[in-house]
Amino acid sequence: MTTPYQDRKIPAPKLNYGDEPYFDAATQGKLMLKYCNDCKQYHHYPRALCPFCFSDKTEFKEVKGSGTVYSYSITRTSGPVPYAIAYVTLDEGITMLTNIVDCDLDTIRCGQKVAVTFKPSEDGPAIPMFKLV
Amino acid sequence: MSIKGKAYIAGIFEHPARKIANMSLAQLHAECAKGALEDAGLTIHDVDGYYCSTDAPGSLGGINMIDYMGLTVKHSDSTNTGGSSYLYLVAHAAEAIAAGKCSVALITCAGFGRPGTIVRDLDTAIPDTPFEMPYGPVTVNLYALAAMRHMYEFGTTSEQLAWVKVSASHHAQHNPNAYLKKVVTVEDVVNSPLIADPLHRMDCCVVTDGGGAVIVVSPEIAKTLKRPAVKLIGAGESPKGQMGGKIDITYTGAVRSGPIAFAEAGVKPSDIKYASIYDSFTITVVMTLEDLGFCKKGEGGKFVMDGNLISGVGKLPFNTDGGGMCNNHPVNRGGITKIIEAVRQLRGEAHPLVQVKNCDIALAHGTGGSLSTRHGSATLIMERE
Repeated sequence: MTTPYQDRKIPAPKLNYGDEPYFDAATQGKLMLKYCNDCKQYHHYPRALCPFCFSDKTEFKEVKGSGTVYSYSITRTSGPVPYAIAYVTLDEGITMLTNIVDCDLDTIRCGQKVAVTFKPSEDGPAIPMFKLV
Repeated sequence: MSIKGKAYIAGIFEHPARKIANMSLAQLHAECAKGALEDAGLTIHDVDGYYCSTDAPGSLGGINMIDYMGLTVKHSDSTNTGGSSYLYLVAHAAEAIAAGKCSVALITCAGFGRPGTIVRDLDTAIPDTPFEMPYGPVTVNLYALAAMRHMYEFGTTSEQLAWVKVSASHHAQHNPNAYLKKVVTVEDVVNSPLIADPLHRMDCCVVTDGGGAVIVVSPEIAKTLKRPAVKLIGAGESPKGQMGGKIDITYTGAVRSGPIAFAEAGVKPSDIKYASIYDSFTITVVMTLEDLGFCKKGEGGKFVMDGNLISGVGKLPFNTDGGGMCNNHPVNRGGITKIIEAVRQLRGEAHPLVQVKNCDIALAHGTGGSLSTRHGSATLIMERE
């Protein structure tokens, strides 16, 4: 079985106050995570207050964008085209929901190395996704 | 303060229809309430507490239904944790009764089926939405992520998951109201179309209209009623989320709600004669059984094989009404029917071909929301008196 990646229409995310730097960076080809300057840990999705220590001393930091597939699922029937939803564990130790793109979706496996890439949303910011490396 | 022995389930009703036309949502809730009150031997005038979730009409908690049914109540709650809401609500009703806030609590769930795999346009104020919706999360793929990781870490197979559906179908054949009554095989399940790898169509629950209601009463009122008394002896609740990105989707909130309920009840998993386990998908059951301590972590796949969940065959009869896999899943919320079938088993009123012998202690567990992102988790333990 082969399931070639196809581009999918991605509605522009409706942002909440404070989300803009993440998506502005994505549009510039950078992946950012929120980092807590008190407990020195990254977290995701980004919060104003650290979910580990509740400090408000959080800031966005650019990360490498490399990681491994933690889990994935080829969603075959929910949209016009099949797509691979996934959790990717970044080298910084944080796992994020994403899509795996630009490959035969049937070759994706847990534990595979991936690197960040960016796909456009409709009239909105770029969205971080991952490709197999 | 404990709820143990402070509250009893006195009435149950499951709406028999799976496709309902020509009925308003409020009427459907009220008819379920009427059925449960008649089962208990009580009237609407006895009710002084009302509990519902967001399937009830109106966005102001229960007050629209309280008004529709002509109720005057002293306590109410409208917790929404998806399909697990009704296990939370029964526990909250028991807590209110134990605290003397009310003495006859009515819990309803009702609604019409809805598409389960559409990417919904969620409220933008939800903080996680912008970081998740672009990736196409739907109910089934968010459970599939947990199934895929479980397979990767523990070697669980599609054939093992299939046994959950197979077992439910063996029970559903005896339920005249079940949406799907046909017995299926492991081959049928693994050969049904992949919806979101590794979950097949038959790994998914049904979507139906319908509903149900439960009446929880004080011990004083329970003594005056003629129906067999079912005592609540333990309740636990705890949602699970993404842990700030330190994600581990190999377990559910049952790792916390289960021990709380078992400790309060003073019983062990080996004391449970019957279990209603929320079965949105086959993986939900496998992981929940592990997390409640019926088997070791990672061994849920082996545990459910070879009919171990089939009444009269295996060690842990589950979902003897056919569950969400086969019987019904009204408004995508299967929590209320989990409680109802556990009460039938404790009363000795399940179908004779699935009735568990000497069923004195039963458990019901609800999982609502999405297994791999955020879900509610609630466990109830009940005892026949």
